[in-house]
Amino acid sequence: MTAKIPEVKAKVKPTKPWAPTTRERAVDIGAILLAILGTFIAVGLSELKGKLAYAGVFLLLIISINFIQNYLRSGIAAAKDSIASTFAVAGVLVTLLPIVSILYAIFERGKTGLKFNLFTSDMKLNGPNDPLNQGGLLHALVGSGIMVTIALLISLPIGILTAIYLTEIKGLLTRPIKFLVQSMSGVPSIVAGLFILSAIVFPITKTPSGLMGGFALAILMIPTIARTSEEVLLLIPEDLREAGVALGGTQWRTISQIVVPAAKSGLITAVILGVARVAGETAPLVLVSGGGDAVNLNPAAGPMGSFPFYIWKSFTFGTPESIARAWAGIFILLLLIFALFITARLLGGDRNKK
Amino acid sequence: MTIAPNRSTSLPARRELSNKPRLSDRVFRGVATGGGLSSLVILGLIFIFLANQGYQVLKSEGFGFITGSNWLVVQDNAGITDLAASEFGIAAMLVGTLLCATIAVIIAIPISVLCALYLTFYAPEVIKRIMVALIDLMAAFPSILFGMWGFFVLMPHAEYWARLLHKYFGWLPFFKMDVDIFERSPFVAGVVLATMIIPIITSISREIFSQTPLDRIQAAYALGSTRWAMIKAVVIPYGRSGVVGGAMLGLGRAMGETVAVYTVLNLVYQINWQVLIGAGGNMASMILLKFGEAGPTEIQALMAAGLALFILTLIVNSIANIIVSKTGSKGR
Repeated sequence: MTAKIPEVKAKVKPTKPWAPTTRERAVDIGAILLAILGTFIAVGLSELKGKLAYAGVFLLLIISINFIQNYLRSGIAAAKDSIASTFAVAGVLVTLLPIVSILYAIFERGKTGLKFNLFTSDMKLNGPNDPLNQGGLLHALVGSGIMVTIALLISLPIGILTAIYLTEIKGLLTRPIKFLVQSMSGVPSIVAGLFILSAIVFPITKTPSGLMGGFALAILMIPTIARTSEEVLLLIPEDLREAGVALGGTQWRTISQIVVPAAKSGLITAVILGVARVAGETAPLVLVSGGGDAVNLNPAAGPMGSFPFYIWKSFTFGTPESIARAWAGIFILLLLIFALFITARLLGGDRNKK
Repeated sequence: MTIAPNRSTSLPARRELSNKPRLSDRVFRGVATGGGLSSLVILGLIFIFLANQGYQVLKSEGFGFITGSNWLVVQDNAGITDLAASEFGIAAMLVGTLLCATIAVIIAIPISVLCALYLTFYAPEVIKRIMVALIDLMAAFPSILFGMWGFFVLMPHAEYWARLLHKYFGWLPFFKMDVDIFERSPFVAGVVLATMIIPIITSISREIFSQTPLDRIQAAYALGSTRWAMIKAVVIPYGRSGVVGGAMLGLGRAMGETVAVYTVLNLVYQINWQVLIGAGGNMASMILLKFGEAGPTEIQALMAAGLALFILTLIVNSIANIIVSKTGSKGR
């Protein structure tokens, strides 16, 4: 015989005694409405005008209303706290403002130039005044792809070896090298261009080419890849390394067959972030890549176009058509960066949850 | 009956115990060390090659390269540049670079610190995650995007803000205006640079703030502090130097920025402290601007200018990194 377990009907709901009650919420919303009303009255009656005046008066009003309300309810400490909270929210809104404005501008101004022929033709036969349904950025797409690939081929081994040195070998030089890698990530992009010019283009090749662009981008990419890979490798548990060594593996075998495969998705994230970092670099490519208008598949010879150069050139021409081209180009470039970013987030989703 | 141990067979040779790494390991360690040293090598090569190219100009100008503010290319009849008669001085550009970057940092610090405080201590989890992703994305925006946005969208607004500043604070020496040109001023460039470095300073401050020792935070709350009192008593003393380091990283980035400044700044070759007037200097933009039509000697001068920029940003970044890493390791 089995005893019947009585079914539990009542569901216990967790309560949050610290959460604001309906009344408190109503008061908060009332305060905001009051501040909005007061702003319109103040700006309407005084000589102040413009969006800035609205924002400033609203900020002042909401701070004082919150201050008084909190002072009456809980005293001076709470009132001071309310000022700080208001400022913190204001800081976030001010940070959001340029992001939203930039995204809106790209969408609004970029959509007129988005034509299918962008992806099928280059600017070989077209000038800045040609209508938007002629010409395109195929050469930029191809050129950027080639240059970023070259940069990746150079910086991936160097970056990952640096990360392995910093996390696995831990020699005498670990601290100074960590420091140098950090400093290297602050090298201005134009200096990377000048370096390639002075080291390779002037003494050896004499002419700009896509290969030189790739070299310049590699210099900017190495620190990003090295730092991200280092973070990833640090997250691999020490147990795995010990297990590898305990099974009789040498350090080389342990790292190449256990640690690096375990960190694979994180290392791919590092690569993606590196690509996203350099995909939009303009200044070095203006100096060393030559920036042609025709599709050029040979990185070793001849000028090679690229996304940033295409945008830059279209922007500096200044005709309405070419500016529309520049915005369309930046629209597509940002979509690419966006896609790379989302992929990186999906792959290394838990990287930030240390 | 016992089995006598067979003593006649010889013992196996004694196994050699050694902690000497094998050949494969030695090769591996060598290769990895070589890879690790690459950053040192690259930084060294940048210095050597830029110095090599700029050597002649630096030698002929001497200390005047940094203190002079004339950029004058004198050519003889054959079109060959006369190095002795030409003048290459970067003082105006140096001052302009520092001015724009300082404006940017002054604008960006309060905004980023408030934003980081909100994200660390106030924001609900959902908002926090969205904002962090957005700010990371903004840090990856290419500089040409900031340049074009600054030129087409921000500049009219910034010009209006500059007029307001001049109207109400015109009595301050650096807000004075002798001519009525508000376009493409160092102030506008500073605002654009500020939007570029806000994500950097925000994410570093956020990282530092989130490392504040939890026991101190809880102790402050247990003593009855409000959130603001806790931040003032615990977070700010703990994170102050880290925020300074983050701000210096932002400064370094702002000083090296090329394209974004090029589009919104009117490059004029004179030392100008009045930030609202549409005339300023910037090393990186100057290099890009002059590079197109520069002859061989002028290119050498530009290389020397690049060397100066490289050293300047390297110093600022190194100090910043030291400060940040010291703050990061002092808690916990």
